Amino acid sequence: MTPTISVTELSRRYRDQAALDSVSLAVEPGTVTGLLGRNGAGKTTLLRIITGLEFPTTGEVKVFGAAPAENEAVLRRMVFVREEQAYPDFRVGHAIRVASWFYPNWNADLAEQLLADFELPLGRRIRRLSRGMRSAVGIVIGLAARAELTLFDEPYAGLDAVARQLFYDRLLADFAEHPRTIVLSTHLIDEVADLLEHIVMLDHGRVALDAPADEIRGTGMTVSGPAIAVEEFVADRPVWHRQRIASRASAVVPGPLDVTAQARARALHLSLEPLSLQQLLVHASGTAEEKVSA
Amino acid sequence: MPALDEGTPLFVQIAEQLADDIVDGQLAEGTRVPSTNELAAFYRINPATAAKGINMLVDDGVLEKRRGIGMFVAVGAREQLLAARRKLFAEQYVDPMVAEASRLGIDSDTLVSLIRETSLSNGGKTR
Repeated sequence: MTPTISVTELSRRYRDQAALDSVSLAVEPGTVTGLLGRNGAGKTTLLRIITGLEFPTTGEVKVFGAAPAENEAVLRRMVFVREEQAYPDFRVGHAIRVASWFYPNWNADLAEQLLADFELPLGRRIRRLSRGMRSAVGIVIGLAARAELTLFDEPYAGLDAVARQLFYDRLLADFAEHPRTIVLSTHLIDEVADLLEHIVMLDHGRVALDAPADEIRGTGMTVSGPAIAVEEFVADRPVWHRQRIASRASAVVPGPLDVTAQARARALHLSLEPLSLQQLLVHASGTAEEKVSA
Repeated sequence: MPALDEGTPLFVQIAEQLADDIVDGQLAEGTRVPSTNELAAFYRINPATAAKGINMLVDDGVLEKRRGIGMFVAVGAREQLLAARRKLFAEQYVDPMVAEASRLGIDSDTLVSLIRETSLSNGGKTR
């Protein structure tokens, strides 16, 4: 099967700064991929190149098997919802109508439902909306477009937790009924972790991690207990992170741990706890800082 | 929403929770199990993950697909799950308990009588 997106050796430089450094990846059709990473990791630059808004310095991007830049046939099959999207001086209803003309798979019923869900006033000028409501307009368009490739770049500025959950639920429900390829760029990792089938993490413009979400879960464990026992347990393993307070310590080690290792931990009175995806990615990006023990 | 833990792959947890329902008799043999999309919405997970969990049980013969209708609990599924779980019982429950008992200096006679008392007070049967 042709990947929906395929990126090969892609680099983007701004003067002496490398925003993307030899990035290669593929996004398979019908999956929800999380594009994760810290601010400035290159997520937005990558999405802008994929959607033809920006050109790579070197390397190649193909979407639906063709170069996306200035390619109307490809661009109509995708919708890109940007963080803090700028709109012309439209009213909400007008913006929705314009979107409905542009996207071939537009679903008016879904749009209407979502406008009601997010309580968006159709007659209000978009520039008069709160930040969260402006974000909601982008989300409505992104979902109702039902584009074969749907890209969300931190689409929830100003949205509260309840509205974000509404977004995730509607996304999941509509994706289940109408499967398509979705890329969700976010730093709210733990909120979206369970929605993702595949994870790509960028760090300083490079791919730090590219794996199925199922494989990533359980790949790190926190071992904690008496410091002496922790040291004994981790003596023959790599340790990603260490912490110590008085006579107790904890260490983060690669997982999953086999039955023997688990039994040994029990015998040493140690407790084991898997890392959340968010914690894992912090360690994967190599920026884990020693936390101050209280 | 039911809690899913972080370490075990999600699809395994979906399969285990369905298996629990079958063992407990909540899902009787021959009844329809929730669809992939229903599970995805309920647990707030990716539908592909839910499908993987269901397929795991199909491969084990616990669920069967009836074309165009959905997934159903297979005949004999409960017995099969019970047999598999009894096999794992010693490893998962007895071994750690015995280890902890010996750490605490509880001898095996005391341990056995503790188990008997607890079992009786929970309405268990004696031989």
